[in-house]
Amino acid sequence: MDNVVSTKQEIKMKSVDLQVFYQDFQALHGIDMDIKANHVTALIGPSGCGKSTFLRTLNRLNELIEGTTIKGQVYLDDQAIYSKEMDVVGLRKRVGMVFQKPSVFPMSVYENVAYGPRIHGIKNRGQLDEIVEKSLRAANLWEEMGGRLHTPAARMSGGQQQRLVIARVLAVDPEVILMDEPASALDPISTSKLEELIAELKRAYTIVIVTHNMQQAARVSDYTGFFLNGQLIEFNRTKELFVNPANQQTEDYITGRFG
Amino acid sequence: MAGASGKDKLLTGIFWLAGIFIVLILAGIIGYVLFRGASSLSLDFILQPPSRAGRLGGISTTIVGTVYLTLLALLAAVPVGVGSAIYLEEYAHSRSRFAKLVNLTAETLAGIPSIVFGLFGFVFFVIFLGMGWSVLSGGLTMAIMILPTITRTAQEAILAVAGEYRENSLALGASRWQTVRRVILPSALPGIVTGIILSIGRAVGETAAIILTAGSSLGMPVSPMDPARTMSVHLYIMAMEGISTERAFGTACLIVVLIVIINYLANLSLSRLTKAMR
Repeated sequence: MDNVVSTKQEIKMKSVDLQVFYQDFQALHGIDMDIKANHVTALIGPSGCGKSTFLRTLNRLNELIEGTTIKGQVYLDDQAIYSKEMDVVGLRKRVGMVFQKPSVFPMSVYENVAYGPRIHGIKNRGQLDEIVEKSLRAANLWEEMGGRLHTPAARMSGGQQQRLVIARVLAVDPEVILMDEPASALDPISTSKLEELIAELKRAYTIVIVTHNMQQAARVSDYTGFFLNGQLIEFNRTKELFVNPANQQTEDYITGRFG
Repeated sequence: MAGASGKDKLLTGIFWLAGIFIVLILAGIIGYVLFRGASSLSLDFILQPPSRAGRLGGISTTIVGTVYLTLLALLAAVPVGVGSAIYLEEYAHSRSRFAKLVNLTAETLAGIPSIVFGLFGFVFFVIFLGMGWSVLSGGLTMAIMILPTITRTAQEAILAVAGEYRENSLALGASRWQTVRRVILPSALPGIVTGIILSIGRAVGETAAIILTAGSSLGMPVSPMDPARTMSVHLYIMAMEGISTERAFGTACLIVVLIVIINYLANLSLSRLTKAMR
């Protein structure tokens, strides 16, 4: 496997021999991957290949599924996240997540964004106002929604809802943002807005994105990992991987021979 | 093709008749109750206490008894029922033995006839705990009776909303309890309230179990240790002992009106609560 060589301080997260089991089924087989700070890493592969499972190990969300066993280790900076000392709440604050289906809470736009900061103890109204505005601006939503902060979030369009979900994640000030097929429920215009946003966000955040859409992976990501049957088949700079895949299976997948 | 469309028309007609039948039954019962009971309805009937075992006066003490007992029952059953629903859906592992046991218990409780609860309440609350025939004994017995309904409906309401909200909230670093309190309960509220309304109907309509546990005193219940007669019990005694059929119908009228008012208020407050956010 052709891992990318890079200096240590650039690596934000790192998985080492990571294995995941659902009951008796092994969903991931010894995954080693370096995720570089301030870059976009895309995870591609056919359904059931383990890419979403891998994503969910990065903020320990897999633990919510009963019967899951995890072996190996994941590091955030130099901290082992699968260790007794790791505070899961603190981890999820640092590693935010955007899901496939935009799921806004049944509250106003403002309350959706303020949800995370409130949970983490911020009560001061002025401070909350500031966070909400900053997060909505960063998610390219301030111009559309800044004047309608108190309308129910459920009335927004799907694309706006997905950007609101991103603003909600940004409001807790994460370091890494995980995205699980964030554009799969969106129309093409909303998708392109989302992709622009991802390109802007990587200046301040490290992003890992799971996508079914190979054009999207090629457009938005700097690094790409190709998963198949729970194995990381190939991991490389996106340009390299798409133009000059080292593995035959990768080539078959990206040229559309299966998947 | 003609045969198929003929069959469709026939079936549509049959289903239409079935629908009409339901409406007719409901309208018939309510219409008849109102027709027979209207003559005894008056402001005095609502505001005056009964006298001469219910032959004269009104039914004010039984209205108070009904509301009092139902409120006590809800006060005891709602926290326990909603609490166990939250436990089962949010905290327990669904395959755990304890969760299965709680589920099985709730289902079994729901199927037990009310008179059995009455007998239990009589032996346990009235005699063993020495609470006597009282609003408290009756309310607690009623609470046990409605507990399964409240638990099951709350569980279903939580299950219906929880999945995505839960993941999103936990991924933002919220604790389980913060997730339940701030996101899941507010969105599950309509379903929970539906269960409460069904329970109120059951408590208001119960007779035998209440006679066994709250007694059938016509006095005004003030303390929870006072015995009480509810409207349904009053109706039963008026009719059963041949005291006054007209007064039994008058009471029936007020029960129907009370249930309609409760449903209306619950729906109103619910739509206010949910409209704000949808």
